[in-house]
Amino acid sequence: MVKNIVDWIDARIPMTATYNRHVGQYATPTNFNFWYFFGSLAMLVLVNQLLTGIWLTMNYVPTAEGAFASIEYIMRDVEYGWLLRYMHSTGASAFFVVIYLHMFRGLIYGSYQKPRELLWLFGMLIFLVLMAEAFMGYLLPWGQMSYWGAQVIISLFGAIPVIGDDLTLWIRGDFVVSGATLNRFFALHVIALPLVLVVLVFLHLIALHEVGSNNPDGIEIKKNKDENGWPIDGIPFHPYYTVKDIMGVAGFLIVFCYVLFFMPEGGGYFLEKPNFEAANPMKTPEHIAPVWYFTPFYAILRAIPDKLLGVIGMGLAIAVLFVLPWLDRCKVKSVRYRSLTHKLNIAQFAVSFVVLGYLGAVAATPALTIAARVFTLTYFGFFVFLWIYSKNEKTKPVPERLTH
Amino acid sequence: MSNAPVDTGRRRFLTAATAVVGGVGAVAVAVPFIKSWNPSAKAKAAGAPVEVNISKVEPGQLIRVEWRGKPVWVVRRTEEILENLATLDDQLRDPASVEEQQPVYAQNAGRSINPEFFIAVGLCTHLGCSPTYLPDTFGEQVEGVPSGFFCPCHGSKFDMAGRVFQGVPAPLNLVVPPHQYIDDRNVLIGVDQGAA
Repeated sequence: MVKNIVDWIDARIPMTATYNRHVGQYATPTNFNFWYFFGSLAMLVLVNQLLTGIWLTMNYVPTAEGAFASIEYIMRDVEYGWLLRYMHSTGASAFFVVIYLHMFRGLIYGSYQKPRELLWLFGMLIFLVLMAEAFMGYLLPWGQMSYWGAQVIISLFGAIPVIGDDLTLWIRGDFVVSGATLNRFFALHVIALPLVLVVLVFLHLIALHEVGSNNPDGIEIKKNKDENGWPIDGIPFHPYYTVKDIMGVAGFLIVFCYVLFFMPEGGGYFLEKPNFEAANPMKTPEHIAPVWYFTPFYAILRAIPDKLLGVIGMGLAIAVLFVLPWLDRCKVKSVRYRSLTHKLNIAQFAVSFVVLGYLGAVAATPALTIAARVFTLTYFGFFVFLWIYSKNEKTKPVPERLTH
Repeated sequence: MSNAPVDTGRRRFLTAATAVVGGVGAVAVAVPFIKSWNPSAKAKAAGAPVEVNISKVEPGQLIRVEWRGKPVWVVRRTEEILENLATLDDQLRDPASVEEQQPVYAQNAGRSINPEFFIAVGLCTHLGCSPTYLPDTFGEQVEGVPSGFFCPCHGSKFDMAGRVFQGVPAPLNLVVPPHQYIDDRNVLIGVDQGAA
């Protein structure tokens, strides 16, 4: 009976073939470690954001007059509204935690290298859209930090010569951030960007399954196949990695639920204190800081004492990641078999990123501004050094088969 | 179907011509989508001028009024403040107000029509935060300058004429909006002096 139904469907759309290609018989390297949890976790968080987001729109009012009150209404009067809202706000921060770790995995194991450049580019586009999505979402509660954060970020476009002022006016739809801005951000946040995001995730997965997964050894398992054409070092994604990923999900949910139930404001980093006060265009909060996931880039913006150059610096900090596959000229992928120079360079890059993240979250003092400038240099230095030494890098011999 | 041989050149031309016409149509259709993001007629109308009574402002006091949704400051400056302004030139980016951040009638030492009252849009020229007025404690930011404006976002500093100090992120002096004195007590913000 079931077989008949499946056959009937398969004669009309390639259901079984698609399942086998992407899940049932997708050959996955045998040596994935915990770093490989974060791709599937990102998908889990995406589903969480989509679901809770749809439910939040059912009670949210996207107007300057009603937005702040409707959030309080959701928090106090709607049954389980507090849970849905905290799942969404905690999910936003979790999304960036997971994505940053996912990107770091790609960085250390050379997952951006040939033939995975396009896969990396789709991933970077997802990161970019995700930042836009998070930024627009943060305006919607219409609190003080929502308002002034949006004011600052939109003003960044004002730094562009000639068209800057008209461009910011066009983005806001008013002379200042107003209800018009809130309405369009709502439309983009709940419809336009999620659609783009889902399409990009689809392309990211298609690109991944076309070239195959990289692994901690950075070896192509497709180069070593048995007589049936199955990679010797490969196992089917299901059941092996579906079960492993469920382990990851369990671990993730323990941490996620702890934050969700015991510290949903994330100590003022996930939901900032001034945002519990309604937007007031007449008064800027004492200290404006973006949500934690933007602070590394914000620190770079602030470190450069020139408006246009600051904006360019911040843009470059993200743009340079796009061209990473072409900056790294080494043929060996995994950090395991690369030089000490490369290991140290990755370490200093990770430190720079975290320190910049800290500096972007605290108030600027002259001493901290100097520190931000130093770490801005080391951030960009990572890419410059990489480009220089990777041409003739002294690497270790890469094994033929996967190691565990 | 005719059996005439395929004229590839002609086919390519027709394909290109069709694509170009279609492309022009697509661009034309984009216009309403893009234009609809501009400020609406309602938003533009809300940008009307605002009248402020300045007779009750104490020396050293700052009052805020809203014009086009932006905070506009009116500060009453004392003689000491005005004297101090003249001593700062070498610490400022644009001491003579060369950049067009003010109407021509306010392009003077105090950046104002009447030196006693400084009127400016209270938004930092860096990224649009509203700087904090420090009437007594600005000396902690710039030595020897008792009062001024300090932006809490990125640490930009302005003197009591809204002129920006060197070495801060803000590139320009604060904007002085178009304004005119109706009489000794009332100022109209949003309309140039001499305009009807």
